[in-house]
Order: sequence, then structure tokens, then C-alpha cells
Amino acid sequence: MSRGVAITGMGIISSIGNNVDDNYQSLIEEKKGITRISKIETIHQNDIMVGEISLTNKALELQLNLPESNNYSRTALLGAIAAKQAFASAGIKDANLYKTGLISSTSVGGMDKTEQNYYAYLTDASTQKYIKGHHAGDSTQKIAEQLGIEQSLVTTISTACSSAANAIMFGARLIKSGQLDRVVVGGADCLSKFTINGFKTLMILSDTYNTPFDDNRKGLNLGEAAAFLVLESDAVVQAENKKVLAYVKGYANANDAHHQTASSEHGDGATLAMNQALAMAGLKAKEIDYINAHGTATGNNDLSEGRAILRVFGEDVPDFSSTKAYTGHTLAAAGAIEAVYSILALQNNVIFPNLNFKTQMKEFSITPQLESKNKPLTNVMSNSFGFGGNCSTVIFSKET
Amino acid sequence: MNALKLELKQHIIEQLNLEDVAIEDIADDDKLFGDGLALDSIDALEIIVMLDKNYGIKLTDPKEGRAIFESIEVMANYISEHRTK
Amino acid sequence: MKNVYINSVCSISAQKTYDNSDFLDEVITYNDTVIPAVNPNYKDFIPPSASRRMAKGIKMSIVAAKIALNEADLENVDAIITGTGMGGLRDSEKFLKAIIENEELYLTPTPFIQSTHNTVGGQIALELGCKGYNFTYVHSSVSFESALLDATLQLQLDEANNILIGGVDELADYTVKIHRIVKHIKAEEINSNKLLASKTKGAVFGEGANFFVLSNKKQTSSYAKVLDVKIINTLPEDTLEQSAISFLEANNLQIKDLDLLILGNNGDIDYDHIYDTLSSNAFNTTPKAYYKHLCGEFNTASSFGIWLAAKILKTQQLPNEVQLNTAPSSSYKTVLLYNQYRGENHSFVLLGKD
Repeated sequence: MSRGVAITGMGIISSIGNNVDDNYQSLIEEKKGITRISKIETIHQNDIMVGEISLTNKALELQLNLPESNNYSRTALLGAIAAKQAFASAGIKDANLYKTGLISSTSVGGMDKTEQNYYAYLTDASTQKYIKGHHAGDSTQKIAEQLGIEQSLVTTISTACSSAANAIMFGARLIKSGQLDRVVVGGADCLSKFTINGFKTLMILSDTYNTPFDDNRKGLNLGEAAAFLVLESDAVVQAENKKVLAYVKGYANANDAHHQTASSEHGDGATLAMNQALAMAGLKAKEIDYINAHGTATGNNDLSEGRAILRVFGEDVPDFSSTKAYTGHTLAAAGAIEAVYSILALQNNVIFPNLNFKTQMKEFSITPQLESKNKPLTNVMSNSFGFGGNCSTVIFSKET
Repeated sequence: MNALKLELKQHIIEQLNLEDVAIEDIADDDKLFGDGLALDSIDALEIIVMLDKNYGIKLTDPKEGRAIFESIEVMANYISEHRTK
Repeated sequence: MKNVYINSVCSISAQKTYDNSDFLDEVITYNDTVIPAVNPNYKDFIPPSASRRMAKGIKMSIVAAKIALNEADLENVDAIITGTGMGGLRDSEKFLKAIIENEELYLTPTPFIQSTHNTVGGQIALELGCKGYNFTYVHSSVSFESALLDATLQLQLDEANNILIGGVDELADYTVKIHRIVKHIKAEEINSNKLLASKTKGAVFGEGANFFVLSNKKQTSSYAKVLDVKIINTLPEDTLEQSAISFLEANNLQIKDLDLLILGNNGDIDYDHIYDTLSSNAFNTTPKAYYKHLCGEFNTASSFGIWLAAKILKTQQLPNEVQLNTAPSSSYKTVLLYNQYRGENHSFVLLGKD
């Protein structure tokens, strides 16, 4: 069993709020952020619903005080805003006072700009500044710059929908091994025509509000968001007398090795990830008080994840819910925003409801938590499962 | 009908990039999925697009596809009945 | 802390490097601005039912992974960690082009699925039936070093025994076109042997896949030890030399202990001076080598550098084509690699002979 890694700050921007407090309010008031898409022109406009952030790029640029000449993609804008919140929440003024790194994650990167400027790049010089910003690492570099992280370990993970959970894991590993004293971890993804059309070809987008774990679920709603945590070593927490929000107590990444996009019927990878995370945390299954499920509302995920939960928890399935009915599936950022929600759950001893549920799934008898529930929580498990069979579980705890 | 079946085989070979397969290798009643040609669920999605693009048939539920795509024979019959192009 | 060994290698590159019994015996000289990788016979390694969906990057990776596993005498590994700067670029372009040209109609899923950055890691896991840890790093010129660092930490702490790591990037038409426009690629063809003397902006772009099995168990196939890895996002040029010295000191080494310094010069007049700054003062008499004239520039080109270093340490030979100065060592025990891209995302890697 290893000691947990302290979380001392967090920041978030999503379709249900532009900061931590607003997100929390929406969660307890059951306010969904799912609407028809407004900022991207697509022929699928009336066939999909999304978790879109209301702020325009201009508004985000203004908030960050960026000059006109900037080449930030929407991913970078969202990421920078959430990361700065996390830093502020951790009370960090000088990034370089300690060995501070940044592990971010994304799947869209600067694709939003590339798809807008596909032809323009070849002819319009004013658009060409975005060419450099296409690659996945660019938003991370901009976030590092915004935070003042210099001469340090900065990198990006991209493993589809488990990306940010993996960023949290790698960050924790870097703290535990002494490579870093503190690290900002999380992810960012904006909506894009590329991902909208991509998921459309897989026929897993719902044309209405997504209904996780419902027998009649029709698929997911895509969302955009960014969220970051600040992890700090025990030494820094003590030296700076920091308030610890929660601990990263256990984690694991396992591979389903079944299919490129679909999960195995009985959730092999998910089962492994959950069990290994429990083992690292030194916890028994029944010590988990709440699972924030991946719960994308696709036919495949919810069945596979439900079965995996039964395999791991047997008779003692804890309260569980998916918050994707609120925010949509925010792809690479999902593991990070759900980390924030897991910490909020711990801090407030509340389990957030699994919205839009009507009909029990036939394949098993476990039902998600349908209403907000106040209950003392010590350990919260968060699942994030991505394409390529990438299964990640992180356990957040009040105890180290 | 025979022309349609030939056309279907050609489309499948092209769409799914089956480089080593010739039209003659696909019998009308060969199973396309599972055994036989051993296509998978990603191929099913590709075929759904092919049906829309070439024959104007829109399938909204991928599960419908499995029954219709059982063999070239079954597909050709379905397309004859439902095509809008 | 356990030792970390490179137990096997495989490089698919613009040189004919995929045969491990060879070591740059026949070097291909290019006179171009973009150099593609030499293809092995993919059919020998990948069944047509799988390869029909694969773009070059994935195919190169699967082959490199299989050859590396074979050389390490393994059927499976505990973890698979890959680095790629741009991911499945060809499929990404294919899907994007289709979206734009067909106005979002009749799009097919295969290129979308294949474009995801972790598709290589995922497909190798599928091939091997590997249910272990599977990460993909995507961060410009430290994509591969991130994978290397992650694997090294896990092996040092005995969290795994055998880890497959790889760096891969592929060339793709639209991306090459737009990078020419912003002058990241040289405007005029250049002979590979004259790369370092180039007075022009931009690099010669390349592609490749370099895979390794890392382990904390030594075996007869072992090439070298991974001693240390450092990733640095920004590094002012005037502190570069001191950073290198500190990196060595952290490993109880001094400049005189270094047998070889391998540098990522790519012929770009705007950035190659960074390598000169590092190598022309305190490191002046250290034997030096370079490699991007052989493999081209791409985000994970430094993995070719690691391949080169591993081969040098095993064979104790320094091919003429990579020598930068005429002061070769009599034996190679400690090798330092330094790389960066366009002044950012620097890395130091220290390898040792076992």
C-alpha cells in the first residue's frame, strides 16, 4: 500500500459552469449543460446534442488577456483557464519555487482551427499562425507558459477518453518517485467537426439527452471542457502549510485488448483497472463509498462497465452514477472533470445523481443513484475508459 | 440481380480495402461476417455508409445491419427492395 | 532501484535499418526535402485482414514491435508505452479531407478510428493480447522521451519487468504542404551529407518507427543500460551547457567520463546553433555524432538517436557516417544524447554500457 498523493488545488470549465463553484451548484441543482450545438456549423445540428461551453473564443481570449496575434486553439483557451484556476486555488504564485511540472492531455488539440482553415492555410497568410498549434502538445505548452512553468517536465498524454485520468496517474508517479515536487495534471478538449463526425460514423451519438445506464439509451452527447488538479508532495504541503483537498490514493491502467473501439462484453480491462487501483490503495472493494462511472450512455460502455462493476464489487456494489448526463462526454478532459466532481463529492459528502434515468437495464439489477444523496464519503472511485481498450481507474480519498 | 451482386462484391472489396480478395473469391451465399470473409463490426459500419452513398438506403441502427449483411444474396435482395437510387 | 536495460531494438527508418544483424552497412544518401522510410515486407508480419486498415505509421510500428519482441525472446510484455508527435496523420488527413470535400456526408469510421493518437498502442495490445498498462505520449520532440521516462521509472521501481516502448511518426501530404508554407521544411533539396553545412531555414522531414524492449532483467540480447532521462520544456541557450553538466553530475559523472555526445542537428540554420553552443566549449573535445541526416526530422526522430546509441554501445563501433568530429573514442561506455525541436522541448538521455 502506498501513501496517497495530496491534491491542493483544482480548476474547471465545462458546460455546467465556468469554475469549480458554478459546476458544484449545477450538480446539486440538477442543471444539465446539454443543448443543440451553436458554435459549429454542421449538417448534424438537429441530430445531436452537446455539452457546449457558452463562452466564445473571443471571450476566453479576453479573460486571458491574449493579444490579437495569439494562435490559441479553443482547446488551449479552455485549458489555460482551468489550469490558472487550479494554480490559484492551490495558492501558487511562483511556479518555479519548487520542481513543478505539467502533464496535460487532449484528443482534439488544435484540430478545431485546422478544420476551420483547411483551405485558408494554403492561401491566407493571416491564418497560418495556427499551423504550429495543431499538434497535441501545443495546448500544453501554452498552459505551461500561462502558469509560468519553465525549465521543467512538461508533456502530454493522448489515450482518447482515459487521457486525463492517465495524466493524473503519471503526475502521481512523478511525485512519488521524487522527479517532481508538484505537478499540474488534467486535460482539455473542445468540440470540433472532426470529433462530431467521427463519433457519428461510429453510430454512437444520441439525438437527445444522453441517458446513462438506461435500458433505452441511444448513445452519447459530446461535450467540451477542461479541468486540472495540483498535486504536491508531502514535503511541499508541510513547508507551505497547504490545505489538502483530497488524496490520489490508488490508480491503475489496464487494456481490454478486445477491439479498437468497443469494450469486451464483460469489461475485462475495466475489471482489471478497478481491481488494481483498489490493490494499490490498499482498500477492499466495500470501502469504496461512491463510483463516478464512465457511463457514456452508449449501448456498449454501460453494459460492459456495469458488468465489470459487478465482477469487482459482487454483492457490495456501492452507490454509483455517471455525471455525463450533465456535461456530455468531454473526451480527453473527462477524467479530469470527473476527478473534480469526485473531490467535490468527498468535500461535501454528497453523491451526484445519474440524471435522465427511466428504465432499468435488463442485463443486471444494479441501478445508479438517481437522486442527490448526502452521505459521509471517504473513498471515491472514478472510471474513464477510452478507445484502444484503454481502461483507467483513479481512487480519490480523504485519507492518505 | 446478377449485375447488382457483382457490383456489391466490387464495392465491398474497394470500401473495405480487401486487397487480396477477387470478385470470384466471394460466393453469393458466403457468410460475410464471422466465418467466411471474416468481416467485423467496423466493416459493418463501412457497409452502412456504402449502402447510403450508392443506394440511398439509410440504416439508423447498426444492429439492423447484421441481419441484412449476412451474405451477398441477402444484401442484394434487401437492396432491390429498398433502394432509392 | 533496479537497473534498466535496453534488451532489444528495431528501427524502421529512411535507412534500411530493420535488420538487426546490419548496422548502417549501406547508407542511403538523399537529395531531397522530405525522405520517406524504407518499407520492410509488411506481409511477412501483418495478415491482410488487419493491414488493410493500417496506414504506414501503424504498419511500421507493428513490424518494429514484433521484431523487437522477437529479439528479446518475448511473446508478451507487461506494458506498452508509445510516443508520437502527430499520431495517425494520414488517416487524420483522410478523414478531415472527406469531411470538408464531402460536406460531412458519406463519411466512414475507419480513418477516424485509425487517426486517434493511441491507435498504435491499442493495436499492438490487440495483437499481443496484452492487458497491461498502455500509455501514449504526444508532445512534440519529447514524445518518445516521455515514454522512455515512464517506462524507466516503472522498471526502476520494479512495478513491471518488461516494457515495450516506441517512437513513431509518419509523413502525410497535407501536413507536409502546410509545413512547407511556414518554412519548417527546407525550400530546396539538400544532399544528406551536406545537411550540417546548410545555411537555410527548415529541416528535411522524415518518418519512422523505433521500438525497444526495456527490462530490469539483463539478458544476452541486452544492448545498453538506461541511466537517466530528463525532459525540459524551455531552456535558455546560455544555460544549456550548465544543464548538461548538472545532468551528468546528478549521475556522478563528469564531462571527461563521456565517450560520446549524440546531437539532434537537423540542418535548420535558425536552431542548429543551439547544438553548437552545447558542444563547442566545455564539451569541445568530447567525441560527437549526429543522425538526422540519415533519418530526417520528425517529432520522434530522437528515438532513432537512441537506436543509434544502443547499437554503438553493443557493437562498440561508431559508423563513419555519423561522426561529427574526428576524435572518436577507443571504447564506448557512456553516451549522452541531447535533442530539441525549434528551440523547445529539450531532452537529455544518458545510456551506459553494461
